Amino acid sequence: MSAHEQFADDLALYALGTLGESERAALEAHLAQCAACRRELQELRGDIGLLGLTTIGATPPPHARARLLSALAKEPRVRMVSKQSRRWWLLAPVSAAMALAVVSILLWSQNNALRQDLAQQSEQSSQNQAEVERAREVLALLSAPDTVRVTLITKNAKPQPQGKAIYRQRTGSLVFLASNFAPLPPKKSYELWLLPTSGAAPIPAGVFKPDARGSATVLMPPLPKDLEAKAFAITVEPETGSATPTMPILLAGGA
Amino acid sequence: MWDTFCSREPWPSSAGSEPRGMGLASTQPQPSLSDAEIIARIYSGDESAMAQLYDLYSHVVYAVALRVLSDSSAAEDILQDVFVQLWRNPQAFNASRGSLAAWLAVIARNRAIDQLRKKRPAAEAVDLDTVVSANLDLQNTAERKQTIEKVRGVLASMPAEQRAALEMAFFEGLTHAEIAGKTGQPLGTVKTRIRSGLLAVRKAFAI
Repeated sequence: MSAHEQFADDLALYALGTLGESERAALEAHLAQCAACRRELQELRGDIGLLGLTTIGATPPPHARARLLSALAKEPRVRMVSKQSRRWWLLAPVSAAMALAVVSILLWSQNNALRQDLAQQSEQSSQNQAEVERAREVLALLSAPDTVRVTLITKNAKPQPQGKAIYRQRTGSLVFLASNFAPLPPKKSYELWLLPTSGAAPIPAGVFKPDARGSATVLMPPLPKDLEAKAFAITVEPETGSATPTMPILLAGGA
Repeated sequence: MWDTFCSREPWPSSAGSEPRGMGLASTQPQPSLSDAEIIARIYSGDESAMAQLYDLYSHVVYAVALRVLSDSSAAEDILQDVFVQLWRNPQAFNASRGSLAAWLAVIARNRAIDQLRKKRPAAEAVDLDTVVSANLDLQNTAERKQTIEKVRGVLASMPAEQRAALEMAFFEGLTHAEIAGKTGQPLGTVKTRIRSGLLAVRKAFAI
């Protein structure tokens, strides 16, 4: 029995949130390593969503809408501050003075708390600085023109074009390393594409031209966060890139 | 295609009483917006978008909660909770990964099950990770009705034991062990029935 078969039934229960503790731990360990089972989990959640829609029929009581909107109006929300502050200035100066007094008291109490936090944040800042420095070094290594990139292959085998995509779904971060790519005609570039698992249209993930050695790097192209990738592919496009891939696909690899 | 699933008109109601325009915001016809556009407006703090969202999907959330809890007052609390949470954290919904209606149905079901079991509400991270996707491309109310009827048809055509197992897992949040204990069926059989039931729903929409 393969690992997928072993976990097939458990996946459905996991999607429903009814899998037992011990089985859940084993399945989550498998899911962390198995893209196929993660995709199946997503499909199962889609199936469950459809199941939920079958209940449609009952309608909420009429007062529920007013109750909700009333509750929302009381919700604190940072992005609503500017709208409210405009109203403040239209009110009488007494109100403004009272508001200033309240703000002053709040600021005084926050000041004390901030002092206590300052020492902790200073230590955290040092750690962050070290991490940023290390990240800079990694980026410099990947993008510097004098970085030597060596692709190891079987002895005496003919070098083949290779691409390695390193992708983090949660943050939409992508690094792509190309090697042994053929030179391009004038006004042409290679373009990397992310193929979403959802079946949506391929998403442009960077345009690049190989150097004299056939190497290139794409660093952190703008991609949406939390987008599950089914595969990555390379096509040849006009120099500035395209919105949709032009066939044929030269290289492709499943995530 | 996902964001067209339920994005244009309110869900059909067998009761025929749309709770629209109850005296607060959005009594005027709203322009048609996709799920993603409504969420974007909510994110910018637009309360009228929230009212529009409520008009579109409150039926979905309330009906699922009512089915799970069999208590209209408790179902209304779930309805409030789900929409307030969405107002606080609209980025929890990712339009690229599914329809808002189906996503809300799952969130409502999960919260209602938590309530049923008297557990603390599930950690928000669990809700954020809830993903709903399927290959649906529905353009109008008639097609949406057709979809719902199709799923209901799949359930109706299942062997009674399988339908019962699936419904106990979904609407009662029972584990397979609890279902096995309740029905006298072997554990493995219950597990397989639940999974194959979900696959039957999927198969009905396979191209």
